[in-house]
Amino acid sequence: MGAMGVFQIIAYLAVLLALAWPLGVYMAAVYGGRRTVLSPVLGPLERLFYRAGGINPDRETSWKSYALAMLVFNAGGLLIVYLLQRFQGVLPLNPAERDPVGSFSALNVAISFATNTNWQNYGGEGTMSYLTQMVGLGVQNFLSAATGMAVMAALARGFVRKQCGTIGNFWADMTRSTLYILLPLSIVLSVVLVSQGVVQTFQPYHELTTLTGESQTIAVGPAASQIAIKQLGTNGGGFFNVNSAHPLENPTPLSNFLQLLAILLIPAAFCITFGKMVRDERQGWLLLTVMTVFLAGCLAVTAYSEQQGNPLLEPLSVTQKAMEAGEGPAMAGGNMEGKEVRFGIANSALWAVATTAASNGSVNSMHDSYTPLGGMIPMWLMQLGEIIFGGVGSGLYGLLMVAIVAVFAAGLMVGRTPEYIGKKIGPFEMKMASLAILFPSVVTLAFTAIALLTSEGTRGISNPGPHGLSQVLYAFSSMGNNNGSAFAGYGANTDMVNILGGIAMLVARYWVMLPALAVAGALASKRQTPPSQGTLPTHTPLFGLLLIVTILAIGALTFLPALALGPIVEHLILKQGGL
Amino acid sequence: MESNTPIIRPTLVLLVLFTLLTGVVYPLAVWGVGQTIFPREANGSLIEVNGRVVGSELVAQSFTGPEWFWPRPSAVSYDASSSGGSNLATTNPALLAAVQDRIAALRSAESATSKDRVPVDLVTASGSGLDPDITPAAAHFQATRVALARGLDVGEVRRLIQDHIQGRTFGFLGEPRVNILKLNLALRNVQSHE
Repeated sequence: MGAMGVFQIIAYLAVLLALAWPLGVYMAAVYGGRRTVLSPVLGPLERLFYRAGGINPDRETSWKSYALAMLVFNAGGLLIVYLLQRFQGVLPLNPAERDPVGSFSALNVAISFATNTNWQNYGGEGTMSYLTQMVGLGVQNFLSAATGMAVMAALARGFVRKQCGTIGNFWADMTRSTLYILLPLSIVLSVVLVSQGVVQTFQPYHELTTLTGESQTIAVGPAASQIAIKQLGTNGGGFFNVNSAHPLENPTPLSNFLQLLAILLIPAAFCITFGKMVRDERQGWLLLTVMTVFLAGCLAVTAYSEQQGNPLLEPLSVTQKAMEAGEGPAMAGGNMEGKEVRFGIANSALWAVATTAASNGSVNSMHDSYTPLGGMIPMWLMQLGEIIFGGVGSGLYGLLMVAIVAVFAAGLMVGRTPEYIGKKIGPFEMKMASLAILFPSVVTLAFTAIALLTSEGTRGISNPGPHGLSQVLYAFSSMGNNNGSAFAGYGANTDMVNILGGIAMLVARYWVMLPALAVAGALASKRQTPPSQGTLPTHTPLFGLLLIVTILAIGALTFLPALALGPIVEHLILKQGGL
Repeated sequence: MESNTPIIRPTLVLLVLFTLLTGVVYPLAVWGVGQTIFPREANGSLIEVNGRVVGSELVAQSFTGPEWFWPRPSAVSYDASSSGGSNLATTNPALLAAVQDRIAALRSAESATSKDRVPVDLVTASGSGLDPDITPAAAHFQATRVALARGLDVGEVRRLIQDHIQGRTFGFLGEPRVNILKLNLALRNVQSHE
């Protein structure tokens, strides 16, 4: 990867941060219930929704009521997706005549989309009808994202409320997230994507005869609308089997750049929103800086490792060396198995890291074919708990849980009472943060172990040696942290993996969300503590470093042994000349 | 906790309304705009020759004879109704074997005229199995073979390749590439003019 590759990455980060700021400010206005530029258009629609639902948006509730509303609403969405799959055979908009999806498989998919995971045990064009994709999966792309965003807004309110029993109104937060943030951005993005060649059609698959007289069937469908929200809502579920590697899902470098921006845009903007909402913008900037530093470090490893190529191919008469146009015919070089020429190494590596840092999980190259270290980084980013950008809303409240632990650890070290953004951190907040951090990790490791010990779990392994273990570990790291990307060679559509994975996705989502809401409620009920001599400032580089160390300590200690058995051993084997 | 907080009605009403808005109105609106402003792109960027659709500009199709430029290997045999990569790990012996076979096939078709190393994208399966592009290096690698098979001047074939190189978007996005279907169509036209 030459200078141009590095330049593309820097340009990407610059545009991302430049857009995150205005969007973050706008989002703070949305969650504050203030007038925005879109209010004249969307206000009437919003009020119509409230009236029809008998909702008073100004009536705030306790964290428990908020959580109950969120759970019931998510359960309803889950049920719809399940039923649509089971009955798609007799429902309309099924030109390719797709059969009903099997029960465990459909349950896994329903959980997956309701929890914002978008793990896909199926190939889109071969399994789902247009109706299921649009009305089932597409709708959950909006609503699961809006749910995470609502919870984050509620947590931010917890920091500024003083001795108050309420944290907001779930219906209003969810409705505003969808109407004012997700929908307008999706409309703009999807139309631009169509201009690039992403399909949006209800025609049946094209049957044609190629230039050399062979017959070819080209799957199409209403993809663009679904892909825009798939990226913006950190969902990641592809319309086609290979997701954004598919040339009709991500046809050009520009469509790739915009989809990449969409992956991290709202998670980045939420840091700014958070700073605005807690009335200390430095807090938001610090969190965004920590995320960006982490992302850059991980990207360096993956990009370098992929550009080195596959050492086993070097003895063959193959060149993996990058060439710029000036030096002869251009080529991106590197490890190109499973990658697309239009993206090359820089854009593939950037995507792999961004999509797993965020809980997006869409791919534009096949992670299973990455070099051991290149593929370890995406896996590790998921295992950290999806807190480096993470899911829309969910990434930031996940990171705030870790920040609470960091504040607490700092307090213990120097004998100060832990405080974070004007609130004393007590045993209850610590317990909730610990629950949120520990459970997804436990589920990830335990379920990987169960899968590895049973034939149902190991049957799907498609690569020999330690990479086989990596495939299973990757699958449960993905489901156990609501990411959704895969080492796709692993045949995960067995009853056992569907059930275990379904449980993992539910735990990863709600066992973090509920403690986060509980913390929101607890913080809201506390009085504001003005900063004193004894307060550790949490907007400084020192605290940033402390937060990074805390993330590293949690991530490294929990997963290093498992990673050592998978990608690290595989790396050493590769260096020694292969299996 | 407030026992009278409404939950069931908002759940049902909002699920119905948002399903209509984001599941029906939104995709139909994008469909309407897309079909009006970008009808070709919205329907799959199909290419017609003499009134007959011969493929999509964005989707690879199989070319096997020595007289054609070959696309990247496909793990799904260019089946555009079932996209997929090989998902072979770097350490999988099957990957090494597949690459060796592809090198051998290229070498035998070149009739050993070229001693150049094969550009890696030409012997590795793409992510989608439908990658419509090869690198300029991979196109030039095949120039001699194609020229010989068609009785064309190698220089002319290389010029054709140069004309079909798509550079980086805005000068910096993505990677330089050559669309195989377009290049082969142009190649066919050159022949038919002679």
